[in-house]
Amino acid sequence: MELILVNLIDGLVTGLLLFMLSAGLTLIFSMMGVLNFAHASFYMLGAYFAYQISLALGFWAGLLFAPLIVGVLGAGIERYGLRRVHQYGHVPELIFTFGLALLIEELVQFIWGKNQMPYSVPEVLDFTAFSIAGNSIPAFKIFMIFISISIFIGLLFVLTKTRVGMIIQAALSYPRTVEALGHNVPLIFMGVFGVGTALAGVAGVIAGPVLGTFPGMAFVLGSIVFVTIVIGGLGSLWGALVASLLIGWITTFAKSYNIAMSDILNGLGFATPENMSENPLRDLWTVTSPQIADILPYILMVLILIFRPAGLFGKRET
Amino acid sequence: MTDQITTDPGKPAQRMRAGSLTLTVAPWIIAAIALMIMPLIFQSNSALTIMNQMWITVIFALAYNMLLGQGGMLSFGHAVYMGLGGFFCMHIMNYVEDFGLALPLPLLPLFGGVFGMGFAMIIGSFSTSGAGTRFAMISLGVGELIAACSVIIVAFFGGEEGISGDRTYGLPFFGIEFLKQIEVYYLISFWLILSALLMYLFSRTPVGRMANAVRDNPERAQFLGYSARWVRFYSFCASGFFCGIAGGLFAISYEILTEENLNAASSGVILLVTFLGGVGFFFGPIIGAIVFTLLQTVLSLQTELWAIYVGALFLATVMFFPGGLAGLIMMHVPAYRLGKARGLVVPYIKTLVPAAIGILGICALIEMVFHYRHGATGDVEMTLFWTTFDSHTVLPWVIAGAIALVGIGIARATAPSLKEAWDEANTAGGAS
Amino acid sequence: MSVPALELNGLKKSFGKAEIIRGIDLSIGKAERHAIIGPNGAGKSTLFNLITARFPPTSGTVKLHGEDLAGLEPYQINRKGLSRSFQITNIFPAMSVFENVRCALLWAQGYKYSFWNLVNNSRSLTEGADAILDQINLLERRNLPAGTLSYAEQRALEIGITIAGGADVIMLDEPTAGMSHSETDYITELIMKVTEGKTLLMVEHDMGVVFGLADRISVLVYGEIIATNTPELVRADPKVQEAYLGAALEEEH
Repeated sequence: MELILVNLIDGLVTGLLLFMLSAGLTLIFSMMGVLNFAHASFYMLGAYFAYQISLALGFWAGLLFAPLIVGVLGAGIERYGLRRVHQYGHVPELIFTFGLALLIEELVQFIWGKNQMPYSVPEVLDFTAFSIAGNSIPAFKIFMIFISISIFIGLLFVLTKTRVGMIIQAALSYPRTVEALGHNVPLIFMGVFGVGTALAGVAGVIAGPVLGTFPGMAFVLGSIVFVTIVIGGLGSLWGALVASLLIGWITTFAKSYNIAMSDILNGLGFATPENMSENPLRDLWTVTSPQIADILPYILMVLILIFRPAGLFGKRET
Repeated sequence: MTDQITTDPGKPAQRMRAGSLTLTVAPWIIAAIALMIMPLIFQSNSALTIMNQMWITVIFALAYNMLLGQGGMLSFGHAVYMGLGGFFCMHIMNYVEDFGLALPLPLLPLFGGVFGMGFAMIIGSFSTSGAGTRFAMISLGVGELIAACSVIIVAFFGGEEGISGDRTYGLPFFGIEFLKQIEVYYLISFWLILSALLMYLFSRTPVGRMANAVRDNPERAQFLGYSARWVRFYSFCASGFFCGIAGGLFAISYEILTEENLNAASSGVILLVTFLGGVGFFFGPIIGAIVFTLLQTVLSLQTELWAIYVGALFLATVMFFPGGLAGLIMMHVPAYRLGKARGLVVPYIKTLVPAAIGILGICALIEMVFHYRHGATGDVEMTLFWTTFDSHTVLPWVIAGAIALVGIGIARATAPSLKEAWDEANTAGGAS
Repeated sequence: MSVPALELNGLKKSFGKAEIIRGIDLSIGKAERHAIIGPNGAGKSTLFNLITARFPPTSGTVKLHGEDLAGLEPYQINRKGLSRSFQITNIFPAMSVFENVRCALLWAQGYKYSFWNLVNNSRSLTEGADAILDQINLLERRNLPAGTLSYAEQRALEIGITIAGGADVIMLDEPTAGMSHSETDYITELIMKVTEGKTLLMVEHDMGVVFGLADRISVLVYGEIIATNTPELVRADPKVQEAYLGAALEEEH
């Protein structure tokens, strides 16, 4: 029972972290109709910038400034890169963001090298918040949960309760009409792109100390984020939230409970073959849930795309 | 420009009528001859290895472009089809070795092709119902799944170390046992010509033409009696087939396959190669594969930072030349037809040479920054463009900076006259 | 009486709560030229989309030569000999004009999904496509990308693609929309020429075109057909007058 609680908290942390990325990504998608392949790269940049700033000014300055820099950078890339490619159609746009992801990874290696950065949890938060049956829950995890939830609430508030949010929502569905009403739609797009990437930056700042700040960090998380928003339904913020949490919990539980395929098969009434090394299905027998934890999201996505192409909460087909 | 993304519309028909079949056949004969004499010019073993790699990449890129360029389907997991074909061939190779199956090696890629196609049929049965984001995401998901499976399903993929084999146990083929690299080279070249020809011909068949139609306007194609889904499915299977052939050749050439042949990085590379070469023309991916392999092998010997340059080149291509290198070449056809291409030579030299020098200057600065930041402590000497200097002194920075500034400056100053010459060369009539 | 080429029975379509097509019964004989007219928003294009299975109907049936089309995909309907054009030009802009027409010929000439035939080697394809181009006066534009044609030429190409497959029921959705007078005359003549001996169903705003072309006219108002008759009798029908005048008055307010 206690273990379940610990896993619930761990899964929540992973899920909310994913959500901070997928929220921005899904906003950008509903705006431009294009998946930003480089989204996780902005997350990585957030971590690196925050690390660099924390060396001089400490963690809190990093938390404040790194996302701002990332957001400005993102807006700049939208303005001078993506907008240019937009005229050629969706496929070149997708390819552009893909190339951008490659280039950012190379640039990060160029500037900071290939090793992991010693970016760590600030001392103020480096203590055990409480423990459950001997499993200590670090305060930083609680801090991460707190930050992500406040961002979600803030986002929801801005989108549904403010005038800017109304304009954005309208611009997502009817860009031409909104433009005709005298709003600067390209500016809105740039702004949303900036905010989306800044959110990814925040995620990087708070995830960097826990998951490690290294050049591969974007790649590790990147494709999972797409999977998340595809499962949730492209363009749906709620879908992104549900899918993020779902994936967070599924992977956490699969990793911590060592369920072996042989047990399942035995339970179904199949006998374990005696000579395992000669058996062509030997790999099926030796599979355990931690082994496949990382590919569960992909399996889920493919199934979703086959049986419910619009995703869990999506309205339109992808 | 719309005609950049057209796959040579209607021109062949015109040629046929003009009775100049030679124009369509000639490139193939030239290519075949070039493939035959290449090893006579570049004799070293490493050159042969590079060429083998290049030709395999050409097949793979052409197969990839059957989807991207001709069918408008963007796949992020296409290495899987080549990789699976390769793994399957490797198992057959080992089977031949263990059980003495009488199979001549040159036929092996065919099995890879069939296996690649079989897998494409399974995946295509549900992924080809749409071309856009849905297709791209399924391809990504399937790619990640298979790549992850390669570490789990050890019986087929061999786990971390992959599986390896020995190609020389096959039935000797007219006395050739494929012990030597050069024999493998000719085997690959044969399959290259054959596959490229078949892929070219595929684009001229009814289903190949409809692939273009579905890419441009799936709905209209539906109202012409074709199911967009089935047209995509056929292209997808054909692409899987040729990817599998490339995989089989890879197995023969390298005698080892690992997770690296399946993963997202490999899938990304082939997208890069194809787009760089140009998706709008049949020969685009060929140029892309050759240029990329050269960049990869030659540039990576020169600098650790080659991936940055390739990444930057790729982004620049997407932003400024979405037609890729092939598009760039074909842009000059109108001027050539008007007989005015010669007028472009001098303006080109005036702009592009300083630009190239300027870019080299920027590269020098980048290399120096890298050396300055990451060089071992005390290691202040670096060699760049055959010059050895101390990267911690000011002078080299000034020189490189000046070269970059002057080069780019001149290029910017001469660009307007190039533009003028370009417009002139593309206008019919007038003084030439 | 022989089986009608196209027969609609109790066809209805709702989008959400809005009922756009409210039960249409219509029978069009073989080789008849039939026009549908009606004020804006009457549901003419929706009706077209229902017949060609672009949208599924809420209820009712569509029969082509007596055969029920329910549940068929657009491409299957096309194979049964029904071909349509679109109100918004719907061609393959990146492909050449010739290629556009040739694609429209492929299925009709039995090439299906074959990958063992070469299109360039087929004389019947090339000649067939050129014959169509000749008919629509685009032979000179043969090798240009279709996207570079003028608007009227693209509309002509659209008609060319529609008729190329040799379908015996042709549906044209506002073929002269947005055209100048001379262009309209050109397209009208063209339609006259290419639909010789075929069944034609067209939606059209231009009354000149309609009265010149159609054997019979149906008037569609708010999702219902209020009159179907010969041009002369439709013109004289008080209900039609009322509907048009009413719509005109409504638009003024």
